Amino acid sequence: MLILLSLFSICSIMPSLSVHAGGLDLKNPVILAAGILGTTGASLRRAAQEGAGAVVTKSLGSAPREGHHGPTVVQVDCGLLNAMGLPNPSYREFQQEIDTAKEGGVPVIASIFGSSPEEFGRIASGLQADALELNLSCPHAEKYGAELGRYPDLVEAVTGAVKARAHVPVWVKLTPNTADIVELGLAAQRGGADAVVAINTLKAMAIDIESGYPILGNRFGGLSGPAVKPVAVRCVYELASALEIAVIGVGGVSRWEDAAEMIMAGASAVQVGTAMTKGYGVFGEINEGLSRYLERKSLNLEDIKGLSARRS
Amino acid sequence: MRPINSVIQEVRSETPQIRTFRLEGDLDPAPGQYVMVWVRGVDEVPMSFSGPDTITVHAVGEATQALFQLGAGSSIGLRGPLGNGFVLRGDRVLLIGGGVGTAPLAFLGEQARAAGAAVDSLIGFRSSGDVIFQSRFEGLGRAVLTTDDGSAGIAGRVSAGLSEFDLKGYSQVYLCGPELMMWDIISRTREHASKIQASVNRYFKCAIGVCGSCCMDPDGIRACVEGPVIMADRLLESEFGRYRRGAAGSRGSCRG
Repeated sequence: MLILLSLFSICSIMPSLSVHAGGLDLKNPVILAAGILGTTGASLRRAAQEGAGAVVTKSLGSAPREGHHGPTVVQVDCGLLNAMGLPNPSYREFQQEIDTAKEGGVPVIASIFGSSPEEFGRIASGLQADALELNLSCPHAEKYGAELGRYPDLVEAVTGAVKARAHVPVWVKLTPNTADIVELGLAAQRGGADAVVAINTLKAMAIDIESGYPILGNRFGGLSGPAVKPVAVRCVYELASALEIAVIGVGGVSRWEDAAEMIMAGASAVQVGTAMTKGYGVFGEINEGLSRYLERKSLNLEDIKGLSARRS
Repeated sequence: MRPINSVIQEVRSETPQIRTFRLEGDLDPAPGQYVMVWVRGVDEVPMSFSGPDTITVHAVGEATQALFQLGAGSSIGLRGPLGNGFVLRGDRVLLIGGGVGTAPLAFLGEQARAAGAAVDSLIGFRSSGDVIFQSRFEGLGRAVLTTDDGSAGIAGRVSAGLSEFDLKGYSQVYLCGPELMMWDIISRTREHASKIQASVNRYFKCAIGVCGSCCMDPDGIRACVEGPVIMADRLLESEFGRYRRGAAGSRGSCRG
């Protein structure tokens, strides 16, 4: 009884990590990012069971795609380069994986991609998920992702088409490969988005100096991990300052300190991708670190959200 | 890691379809580990080690056929050794292999023998012309051969040779080969599943445990980093032997 009581008292003084972000209620603000361990319902469910506040699927399109030839990843000193090429079994076949993922007990967000507002709309209305994340930012697939997502008018049109057909929150994942990400964020907001997610990877390349061959099968890919975190923090800060809707921060979050920094920049929640190379334990580590930090500072998440903008 | 450059030192033809490539570099793999082989300009594919500095390749796809165009002096890119290999347990082990899946087992057997273990083998192939590494296995201890067509050894699938061995007498059993062959063995020897280590084949892309293409149901095991060697009792509770996902992530047959 004594043990139970003391456990209860510890729980009651630990600050809550629950957040409302972009139309979803999350038990914590640490989300599995799109394209990471999101090919199967089982791996998504495992991420949920290991502490993710929500999980995002691999990006889903109209038809099965095998993706690019390998190498599909290159580990560089400062992060990870990838060009997977949007492999997916089609949104129709993937519904069974989403159903499995839901057993994890946290929101399952379906990432979707298409080449036109109509295609996005069709996929959106054919999927049962807790929210949709529009991939308007993949930097390495012809006709998809950033090839649409760098044009504000297309971002608005795609978002609008999905909002018209979806009954769940719609998040728009933005590309940093643009002169002004705020313009893209405002376009998503005009289209009716419930949140923007920033950032997708930075378009990048690595060359094998023994042979001169670009290492990635697709030549170009996207850079993620520690190298992009300062870029992501800047983008989140700019977006949060200009937009009414929520901003979800992603890019180089691997420790609780990164999550805290992203939230201070204005993020309502964060996503974790490349750091999953360390294993599923990352969710627990970040959440525990955030809790202890908030407790030490006698603050809650809402207090630190966007703090930097109030400090300058 | 970025791919390291490795000059092919020697190419040996094992059968018309199977070749062994000796690679440059101090790779120091454990048996059962794999390496991502980049045939520049073509693709990158996972390959098991058949020795401390060799891979043995069955030409089945674009990348492996392109690799067959390369001879000694050509170079390839390598990432690895990767994954969890076989773990030697006890001092009397049985190797059960099928086709080119015998390659990592020959490597394991030689290390086990050098460590003082008794090593017996059950190896199966389609036909006498497909047999590889027979003398390597015979050099380790008792070796029983099967062929599907009966042209050498016992006629039938690998499981046709199971009755030659009493699994109770072995401290550990090691399994590698086509999935349905491994499934056949595991399902016939269920009571020993907790001492059977099997090397599984899933679609590896990133090989660093993030892309998810090799994840297995129902636990989401990342075969590329948590495997490729997985205990059979875990496989009995999984998709293994029933389906596996291909390049697009669609569920398909585990034939081949």
